[in-house]
Amino acid sequence: MKGWLKISAVLLLVYVHTAGLLMDVPRLNILNETVRALYFHVPMWFGMVLLYLMSVYYAIRYLKNPSHEFDVKSVAYAHVGTAFGILGMITGMLWANYTWGSPWHGDPKQNGAAIALLVYLAYFVLRGSLDNEEQRARLSGVYNIFAFAAMIPLIFIIPRLTSSMHPGSGGNPGFNAYDLDSRMRLVFYPAVIAWFLIGLWIVSLRVRIKKLEEKIIDNE
Amino acid sequence: MDTRIILQLLRKEFILELRRKSVIAGLGLYLFSLIFICYLTFNLKENVISPYTWSALFWLTILFSVVNSVAKSFIGEKKGVFIYLYTVASPQQIIISKIIYNILLCWLISIAGYILFSIFIFNPVQDHLIFLSVLLLASIGFSTSLSLISGIASKANNSNVLMAVLSFPVVISILLMAVRATKNALDGLDRAASTDELLNLLAINCIAGALGYILFPYIWRS
Repeated sequence: MKGWLKISAVLLLVYVHTAGLLMDVPRLNILNETVRALYFHVPMWFGMVLLYLMSVYYAIRYLKNPSHEFDVKSVAYAHVGTAFGILGMITGMLWANYTWGSPWHGDPKQNGAAIALLVYLAYFVLRGSLDNEEQRARLSGVYNIFAFAAMIPLIFIIPRLTSSMHPGSGGNPGFNAYDLDSRMRLVFYPAVIAWFLIGLWIVSLRVRIKKLEEKIIDNE
Repeated sequence: MDTRIILQLLRKEFILELRRKSVIAGLGLYLFSLIFICYLTFNLKENVISPYTWSALFWLTILFSVVNSVAKSFIGEKKGVFIYLYTVASPQQIIISKIIYNILLCWLISIAGYILFSIFIFNPVQDHLIFLSVLLLASIGFSTSLSLISGIASKANNSNVLMAVLSFPVVISILLMAVRATKNALDGLDRAASTDELLNLLAINCIAGALGYILFPYIWRS
């Protein structure tokens, strides 16, 4: 990853944290100040989906052209994507505790997100239970693609079919309302970009660590 | 692609299944025991359950029976059989024959489960046509996705545990749609109300089927 991208990610995050906590936000019923969770909660899900998408991309490339490097990248993206998903879950639960009254509300979006995380946890269990390296890469690649296709209906379609209390659906103040507010957009878009860049940075670090570990094992 | 080989493979499945009657009898007994446990634990001689509890129990029973029966399509097969199939058929033909066979098996299991449920518990279904088509579509979905998962799990060490872990998150979207369409059939709503769910199920089936068809050759290669 290029150095200037890292620097800009850090600078953007500093800006997002200060501006996100200090700048004025629109007054909305029920949400009030918790609307600021948008800057920290929503980028997590954007980041997770993008990172999982990258993981699937490298899984497809591995199946087309079995090279060890693609497998390492695919796993690294899945790992960081899951970390983002867990952070998104925690920030969402914190927010729900103050607006919905309890951290776990059984909302379709919460359930869908939990199942999506289960899919990737199953992916790691699958990787753990295969010994042959080449077989592990191939089978987990297949599961990765299959699971991602099964996850899309969960996160994007099913919550839209049922009534949900999540902001942005069913007439609750949400994403569309914020889009009209240019002040929040000034912080929200940089936040999405910054968190995604941080995710990419962690992935590149993990890939480098993995490569160094393999080098050490080869030398021994 | 040669459809004759697919038919031959299907015939082989049926002959083998009829020859080893213990397997199919075991599945039937599994289903019966599950339903009987439901009957006893809910103490249904004195209690009455709501139609929604009925539908939840029904789909759980079907899910467990189906996962167990589809799991054996690749898990537990002898290595020699794989090598023999490898020489006579392409992976696409094998997965298609397995999926067709599993669809029939799943549909049979769900209809048998439905009959047993109506005998032991009760039958709250008002719209039978919709309910039976939900059963068929859900069977197609289960068998397409679980056949592929079974192929993946059969290569691992603890394949039976892995089968459950890998399959449940994947079939949840099918299950949710099926439960929703069942609710409409239980309430006897107008048929137009269920078309959305049925079409969604069909779409999920298409995705799962296409993915299984494309991805299975990569599993089969080893």
